[in-house]
Amino acid sequence: MNKPLRRISIFCGLLVLALLIRTNWLQYVQAEELSTRKENRRVQIAQYATQRGNIIVAGGKAITGSDTTDGSDYKYKRTYIDGPLWAPVTGYASQAFGSTQLESLEDKILTGNDDRLFFDRTIGMFTGEKKAGGNVVTTLMPEAQQAAFDKLGTKTGAVAAIDPRTGAILALVSTPSYDPSSFAGNSKTDEKAWVELKDSAEKKLVNRALRETYPPGSTFKVVTAAAALEHGVVTDINAPTDTPEPFLLPTTKTPMVNHAKGCEKATLNFALQVSCNSVFANVADKVTKDKMLETAQKFGFNNDKIDTPVRAFASVYDKNMDRPSNSLSAIGQYNTAATPLQMAMVAAAVANDGKLMKPYMVDQLTAPNLDIIEKHEPQEMSRPLSPGNAQKLQQMMVNVVENENGTGGKAKISGVTVGGKTGTAQHGEKNAKRPYAWFISYAKTDKGSPVAVAVVIEDSEADREDISGGGLAAPVAKAVMEAVLKNQG
Amino acid sequence: MSVVTNTTTIGAIELPSRRNTELLLLVFAVVIPIFAYANVGLSIHGKLPPGMVAYGGGLAVLAGIAHLVVRRYAKYADPLLLPIATLLNGLGCVLIWRLDQSERLQNLAKRSFGHFSESAPRQMMYTAVAIALFAGVLLLLKDHRTLQRFTYISMAASLVLLILPVVPGLGADVFGAKIWISVGGFSIQPGEFAKIVIAIFFAGYLMVKRDALALASRRFMGLYLPRGRDLGPILMIWAMSLLVLVFENDLGTSLLFFGMFVIMLYVATERTSWIVIGLVMSVAGAGVVGATASHVKVRVNAWLDPFACYSKSGACEQVGQSIMSFGSGGVLGTGWGQGNSDLIGFAANSDFIFSTVGEELGLAGVMAFLLLYGLIIERGVRTALAARDPFGKLFAIGLSGAFALQIFVVAGGVMGLIPLTGMTMPFLASGGSSVLANWALIGILIRISDTARRPAPAPAPSPDSEMTQVVRPS
Repeated sequence: MNKPLRRISIFCGLLVLALLIRTNWLQYVQAEELSTRKENRRVQIAQYATQRGNIIVAGGKAITGSDTTDGSDYKYKRTYIDGPLWAPVTGYASQAFGSTQLESLEDKILTGNDDRLFFDRTIGMFTGEKKAGGNVVTTLMPEAQQAAFDKLGTKTGAVAAIDPRTGAILALVSTPSYDPSSFAGNSKTDEKAWVELKDSAEKKLVNRALRETYPPGSTFKVVTAAAALEHGVVTDINAPTDTPEPFLLPTTKTPMVNHAKGCEKATLNFALQVSCNSVFANVADKVTKDKMLETAQKFGFNNDKIDTPVRAFASVYDKNMDRPSNSLSAIGQYNTAATPLQMAMVAAAVANDGKLMKPYMVDQLTAPNLDIIEKHEPQEMSRPLSPGNAQKLQQMMVNVVENENGTGGKAKISGVTVGGKTGTAQHGEKNAKRPYAWFISYAKTDKGSPVAVAVVIEDSEADREDISGGGLAAPVAKAVMEAVLKNQG
Repeated sequence: MSVVTNTTTIGAIELPSRRNTELLLLVFAVVIPIFAYANVGLSIHGKLPPGMVAYGGGLAVLAGIAHLVVRRYAKYADPLLLPIATLLNGLGCVLIWRLDQSERLQNLAKRSFGHFSESAPRQMMYTAVAIALFAGVLLLLKDHRTLQRFTYISMAASLVLLILPVVPGLGADVFGAKIWISVGGFSIQPGEFAKIVIAIFFAGYLMVKRDALALASRRFMGLYLPRGRDLGPILMIWAMSLLVLVFENDLGTSLLFFGMFVIMLYVATERTSWIVIGLVMSVAGAGVVGATASHVKVRVNAWLDPFACYSKSGACEQVGQSIMSFGSGGVLGTGWGQGNSDLIGFAANSDFIFSTVGEELGLAGVMAFLLLYGLIIERGVRTALAARDPFGKLFAIGLSGAFALQIFVVAGGVMGLIPLTGMTMPFLASGGSSVLANWALIGILIRISDTARRPAPAPAPSPDSEMTQVVRPS
């Protein structure tokens, strides 16, 4: 009976061998995939197992915190200081509902799992210190953020402010906002708060400053003017253009409606000041679509990789359209769409003498002991304008604010040069919906321009072009610029 | 001039008893779980567990008693079986204690049953009873061949044991499988004991019938088919294991019995055709059951892709959780007490206890555990090889083969290698019947190995030997 016995022993050996191979497959080959599966709750458990690092704003104030919880799964819970104010910056980190934006993108630093913190963790293992998360230091300026938030008040809208010299984002506001603390845990009340927010008609969870695109309306005329200057269609901003009144859209019999008066053969300077649609539609047609597209893309349109590091949605200047549509697009209608950040970048590029800096909002990543492990260096993104043309455009934008006929008078700040452009974007079927009020502007002192800002307010009551942009949005922009100037001066 | 030859497995030379080897190994088998226990306490509570002296002392005393019994009553027994079983049982208690500390499981128990009770003290108590049973086996069973007398009684007993759980009022349906009976507040799984009892029947029956089965057969399509009257009991066992499966939802036990029977039949008859017949029958059985029983289908689906039905089916969630446990453990594991294998839920300390090994001890730990089980199987097969009587050979190979199948089915199930069957890992899983039955199994193997390795009594000096000796030319 020994021969079959030996065979059976081989069979038993094979059974054990199969198990050994299987465990190697699971725990070595597939380990990475299995341990990071979305079904694997260990990922979240680890995320909240230690005190999370903080997101810090300029001036060193933390806008986040951590609380212990008595739940068995997650030891710590995220808390937010002034949650609604900072939600567009931080995003949220919820035990039950995942995380977004900076909380999600810098998760490894915040949880302390980043490879660059390996040394700290190893030291901690020997000294017995608890694992702690690193911090994310942002460029956000609390005063500017607060000013924008207060001024927007109960209105639905967004503000993006940039330091044109570096690209540092100074304010990023979206209203109505939400408090990420309200659903940071995983209790029943958290769930209720989450469901309410998710289904809210006001889309409170949307970060309107980065993730919502609006037709930019007349503020886009700054881009059109830049294209006209760069491509030599207009060399003298004070020379009359050959725009007839009424101006018919090229190849059609549709007249371009003007709300402003005196647009016939108006100069580019005057056209921007009172916001003539016909002049810009005419100029854009001469620039041609491809060259309009080229300039728009230099300003950042059609770029879906604008990472601040939170990715902003791509703003659109349609690549495939006919001549009349190009003229419509040039005044910020048709398919043209822009995020508030994008329009702030337009103003920033003009203010910075034609040089567009890459927008960013994370200045430093630091270890738990505040050692800097990464510091952002300002980067140039593109040069949509030559310095000479930029100065011409600045002159035009200043006119909008300073000239008594200008539409942006409400953004005037005494003692400082302010350039701006208003906009009212019609949208909806037959433009039936209430228009969006826009305002983009920058302030300039003798040390250069410290701030460029874009404001958009949805649901404006006004019905006439430019009044709403100048009336509603400009004061918000002014408040932000004043806050930055005060802080820097 | 005589030539000393030693070609048989068991030589006539005095063998070392290896009892001191066993004692030394036992020291390790007690010390390692104590370290593990300390480790869990330190990682979960930040201090040495309060019961450490009691636990360590208890394990040492139990191991000591077992060793003394073996030393006294089974002097020549295999030296590895007892230490490995002790080590596995000790580590099993630590794993259960570790899962007792899980707040998640405590809350789950409170929600489902209204209260939470620790499993580790009960497991220690069962271990003590099991060691007593082990000692009892060695004390009472002086020679395993006496069990031959109980061949048919064993068959009846195993049938009764298997049927008990479906008797109304006695059986308890626990999480879908009717494999429990509860008597006076204690629940036992008769199937675990039936495993041993039925091995006695198979060994006794086959020892008697092996020649008839092997030789009195007709050749048909290249296979040797035995006569109907010899084949009868085999078909009966096959049908019985299917019935067990169908009525008790116990896929594992039926597979185990059938596999054990085929192995023993093959060893007894030395006819490969039995393997073929066995495979055909099990494939046919599995096909029929797979097509009719819905809970088997659920498990097969869970095995094929646990993440496809993860949120919809409890079976998928368990298997998915289990393989994520293994994956999250990685190569070195998270360390005792630092994993989250308790996410598996209520079966974490029984069916799925091996997942905790996978997560907290990692690939290295799982391989070590599998090799320990492999060693038990190997010592069992070696015992079968060394046994001098066919009954002992068959009995030993039956028990070790069943043990191997059980390990494969359980570990393979929780690792997603084969569909889950709901059996428990011997010595590790929480549960009295399993611990008792497996210690009894080790006791029997030790008894057989003692008989096998015991030096043959020296032949009486024969005055004729000189005369009949063949004189070889040198």
